[in-house]
Amino acid sequence: MQRFWDKEFYAGLGLKVGLEVHRQLDTSHKLFCKCPVLPYSKKFHSKILRHMRPTLSELGLYDPAALMEFKTKKEIVYCLNRDTVCTYEMDDAPPFEMNREALEKALVIGTMLNLNLVDELHIARKQLLDGSIPTGFQRTTLLGICGHIMVNGRKIDILHLGLEEDSAREVSDRGHRRTYMTDRLSIPQVEIVTAPLMETPQEAAEVGQAIRRLCHLSKMCRTGLGRARQDVNVSIDGGTRIEIKGVGSLRDVPKLVHYEALRQKALIELKDTAISRGIDDSSFGWSGDVTELVKQQACFGFVWGPKSVAQAILLKNCQGILATPTGPGRVFAHELSDRIRVVACLDTLPNLVCSDNPEYFDLGPMFDEIRTMAGGKAGDAVVIVLGPEADVVSADLEIKARMVEMLKGVPKETRRPIPGGATRFERVLPGRDRMYPDTDLPPIVLTGEAFDLAKARAPASLWDKEAEYRELGLSKSQLERLFTQGVWELFDHLVEKVALKPTILAYLLLDWMPYLKRQQVLVPEADIFIELFAKEKDWAQKEAAAALAFAVGHEVHWKRKGRGNE
Amino acid sequence: MSSDDLYKGYRGQSLDLLQRMGIKVWSEVRVTTDKGEFCGLVLPRSQTADDRHLVLKLETGYNIGLDVRGIKNIEFLGYHEISYHIPPVEFPFDAKKPTVKLLGTGGTIASRLDYRTGAVIPAFSPGELYASVPELAEICNLEAHELYAVFSENMGPQEHIGLAKAVAKEIENGVDGIIIGHGTDTMSHTATALSFMVQDSPIPIVMVGSQRSSDRPSSDAALNLIHGTMAAATSDIAEVMVCMFGPTSDQYGLLHRGTRVRKMHSSYRSTFRTIGDIPLALVDERGIKPLRKDYKVRRADKKVKLDAVFDDRVSIIYQYPGMKPDVIDSLVDNGYKGIVIAGTGLGHTNRQVFPALRRAVAAGVHIYMTVQTLWGYTQMFVYDTGRDLMEIGVVPAGNMLPEVAFIKLGWALAHSHDQDVVRNIMLTPIAGEITKREPPDGYLVLQGGLPEVDRFVKGHKK
Repeated sequence: MQRFWDKEFYAGLGLKVGLEVHRQLDTSHKLFCKCPVLPYSKKFHSKILRHMRPTLSELGLYDPAALMEFKTKKEIVYCLNRDTVCTYEMDDAPPFEMNREALEKALVIGTMLNLNLVDELHIARKQLLDGSIPTGFQRTTLLGICGHIMVNGRKIDILHLGLEEDSAREVSDRGHRRTYMTDRLSIPQVEIVTAPLMETPQEAAEVGQAIRRLCHLSKMCRTGLGRARQDVNVSIDGGTRIEIKGVGSLRDVPKLVHYEALRQKALIELKDTAISRGIDDSSFGWSGDVTELVKQQACFGFVWGPKSVAQAILLKNCQGILATPTGPGRVFAHELSDRIRVVACLDTLPNLVCSDNPEYFDLGPMFDEIRTMAGGKAGDAVVIVLGPEADVVSADLEIKARMVEMLKGVPKETRRPIPGGATRFERVLPGRDRMYPDTDLPPIVLTGEAFDLAKARAPASLWDKEAEYRELGLSKSQLERLFTQGVWELFDHLVEKVALKPTILAYLLLDWMPYLKRQQVLVPEADIFIELFAKEKDWAQKEAAAALAFAVGHEVHWKRKGRGNE
Repeated sequence: MSSDDLYKGYRGQSLDLLQRMGIKVWSEVRVTTDKGEFCGLVLPRSQTADDRHLVLKLETGYNIGLDVRGIKNIEFLGYHEISYHIPPVEFPFDAKKPTVKLLGTGGTIASRLDYRTGAVIPAFSPGELYASVPELAEICNLEAHELYAVFSENMGPQEHIGLAKAVAKEIENGVDGIIIGHGTDTMSHTATALSFMVQDSPIPIVMVGSQRSSDRPSSDAALNLIHGTMAAATSDIAEVMVCMFGPTSDQYGLLHRGTRVRKMHSSYRSTFRTIGDIPLALVDERGIKPLRKDYKVRRADKKVKLDAVFDDRVSIIYQYPGMKPDVIDSLVDNGYKGIVIAGTGLGHTNRQVFPALRRAVAAGVHIYMTVQTLWGYTQMFVYDTGRDLMEIGVVPAGNMLPEVAFIKLGWALAHSHDQDVVRNIMLTPIAGEITKREPPDGYLVLQGGLPEVDRFVKGHKK
C-alpha cells in the first residue's frame, strides 16, 4: 500500500489537490426564505415532479454539463415537508431578501480566512441540472478572494469564499427518475475553495481538517452529520482537474485522492497505447442491432424487458483496452458502463457486455460472429449495450464519445465516491458558462460597519491558537479535538486557573467528560474543576479523573490490563 | 460608438473613474483596491443600481461589485466583448404538418438578459424558439410575428385591438391555429378582450406564457409552449383559450375558456384556474383530452367576425367598508361612462355611496355589479341593499368575473350608449362569460391541513 504522505511518489505523478469545503451556517432560518432549519427527516406531505432544461449562460453559450443532463431526460421528484419547505424552495415563488444573519456569519469566516472581501455582492445562479435544486440553479454569491490559512507551517491559499444555498438530499436515482428530500434545500452554507496546492493525499486531508477546525473556532457553523461536505479536485501531470463531489468524511479523502491520481495515470497510459496502435476517431464507427443473436445467450444476468434491445459496437484494435485496470476492482469498461448508466439511464447492471471481460469469454463465438458482421478482425473489441431501445441509442452515442475522449487522455468530469476508495462518473465538469446573474434580487452593498462587525466577532487566528496549544505540550489529536468537540474555550478558561498539566486537563475535557456523560452522571462544571484542582499538587491523570468523578458522585474502579470484565 | 455604449449603465462617480482610467466596458482588468487585488471583466452596470460600484466578472464566473472610492488603480489587460444570443437554427418545414402562427406580445417564452436593467428580455424568432424548444418541430410548422414587446401590465385597449386584428388576419390567411405569447399578469384580460373582439373563429386561439422565465432550467415556458402549440395545431376547440400548467408539477396543461379564467396566485406555476366551472380540456405531450363537450368546434372555413372596438371610459371599483361617495363622483366628473363594481357578498355596496350611484346613473353612466368573492352569482333580491341598488339602476351581471365585466362593458360601450342596448349586450353571453349554472365542482379550493386533503395531496403530484 502506498503511504499517503510519500511526497516523492506523488511529486513523480505531479499530483495537485484542491478542496471545496461546504459548511452550513448556524442560522435560525434559510437563506432566501423564512423556513426554519430543522433536523433532517424522512417525513413529507406531498411530492412534485419537474424536468430540467438547459438555458444559455450570460456569455451566450450552453454549458456542456447542462446539455448532458438534458440528454438523460430525467424526471425529478421532490418530497415536500410542510414544516421545512415553502413555495420558495418549490420554485413557485421568487426569493425573499437574503438572510442577514447568514451574511454576517459568513463575513466572520471571510475575515478569519484573510480574504479580499468584495464591496457589493452580486447574487449569481449556478446551474445545477441534476435536479438537486428545483430552480435548476443554486443561488450563490462571492464574498471574497485571495485569502490564506496556515497548515503545518505551510501557507495554503484560499481562492474563494462563497455564500450559497444548500441543495436537496438525493434519496434515490433509478432509471429515469431521481428523488430528493427538500429539508436541506436552501440552508445557508459557506463554500471555501483552496488553491490546488496540496501535494499528497495526506496533506489534502490535513488542510480539510484545518478548515474544519477554523469553522468550529468561528462558532458560526452548524455541526453534526450531514452539515458539511467537500468536493476534492485532483489532477496529475498530463491529466485534468477531476472533481470528486460530496465527500462526507475527511477520513475518506486520502484514499480517494490516491486512487484518482492512479486512475488518471492509467488513462494517460491508455491514451498512449491507443495512439501507438493507430486507433483514432474513426475506429469506433460500426454499431448494429444484435438483439436476436444475444437473446440466444442466456448466460449473463440481463433481464429482458418487452422493449429491450441489444446493440453491438465495434472498437477497432481495442482488444485488451477495456480490461485495463483503472482502480481498485475497476477496469476501463467501467468508465463506459458508468457513462451510459448516467447519460442513458441504463442503471440495471450489467448494462453492457464486452469481449475483454473474462467473465464473458465463453461468449467468444458470439463476439466472433459480431466481428464478422461488422467486417472486423480478431484484435477488435466488441461492446454490447442492453436496455430499452431509446436508451440504447443514447448509450451507443455515449460509448463512442467516451472512446474518442480516451484518445485525449482524461476527460473533465465530476465523480462520486463509491465504497473502497474509487469513484464513478457523475457528470461532465461544468464550466463557468453555467454562471448567470440572478435577476430576482438586486446587488447588496456591504458597508464599513459590516466589515467592522465581522472583524470584532472573529476570534484570534486558528494557527496562532494552535501554536499556543502545541507549546503547552498538547498532542496533535488533543489540539484538533479541542476545536471539533467545542471545548477550547473551557480549556482556555481553566488552564490558567488549575494546577493540572495542560495535557491532563485536555484529557479530562476531551475524554473523561464524555465518559462521564455516557455514564449519565452529573457532568462537572468549570467551578468544580477550579475547586478540586486549584491547589498546587502534582496530579496524575488517573488520580485527577477519579477525583473529578467522585466529586459528582461517581465511583471509579480502574480495570487492570489483561483481565476480563469485572 | 457613443460614450453610452462604451460605459454601459455607469454614471456619476463610477463613470468618472472609468473615463479617468481609460477603461471601457468589456475590458479585462486588474483592479487594485484598499481590500486587495481583483482580476476580471468589466461588465455593464444596471441603470437602476448606484453609481458607486464597478462590476467585474471573475474567471470563476462570479460577478462582484467594487466600491470605486477604494479603487487605487485599474490595469487594462485586454478586451472581450460578450454577445448574448440563442444560436438560431432554421425551423424545419413539413408539408404534412399543420401551420401555427405565433403572435408575440412580450412574455418570456424565450428570453435573454438585459444588462442595463439586469432583467430578462424576450428573444423570439422561430429559429431561436426552435433552438430552445426543438420539440415544436414535431407538432407543426411554426411561423412567428412579434407584434408587441411589452410587459403584460402594459397591454391596453389599443394592443387588444391590434392583436384582435392580427388574429383575424391570420385566420383569413388560413393558418391552422394561433398561439399568443403573453405575460401572465393580464393574460386573462387579453383572452377576454379577444373572446369578444374575435367571434366565431374557425380555429383555436391559444394564449401561453410562463410563471418562471425561460432563462431558468426549471422554467414552465417550454412546456406551456409545447402544450399551447399542440392545442393550436391539433385540438378541435375553436375558442379563445389560456393554456397554462394544471399542477405545479411538469405533468399537463389545462385549456381554460378565455372568459372564465383567472390568475389566482402571484407566483405559482399552476396559477390559472377556471372559476365557477371546469376547464375545457387537459393537454399533455400525447394530445388533448377534452373535459367537456360544450365548446365551439373547429371548422375548415376561414370566416371570422372581427369586432375590435373599445371605449376606455370604463373603470372598476373594488367595494370596501366605509367607501365614500366621492370615489364614484370623481369617476363621473372625469367623464367615465361605465363602472363595474366588485361588490361584497351577493353584490352589495355600503349605503353611503347610494346617492353617488344615483347621480352617476342620472348622468348616463352604466353600472354593473359583480362579486369580489369571484365564485358565485350576484343575487340582489336576497337583501334590501341589493334591491335598493337595482332600484338605483345598478345591473347585476350574473357570474361574470369582475375583470371580464370590465372588458365587456368597454367593448359594449363602443357599440352603443343606450342603456337597454348595452344591458342586452352585457347580459347576453357571447363566449361563456355568464354561465347558466355553476356545477358543484366549479368551486374547489382544497383546504390544506385537513386529514382527507393531506391524503389526497400526498397521493397526487400537485
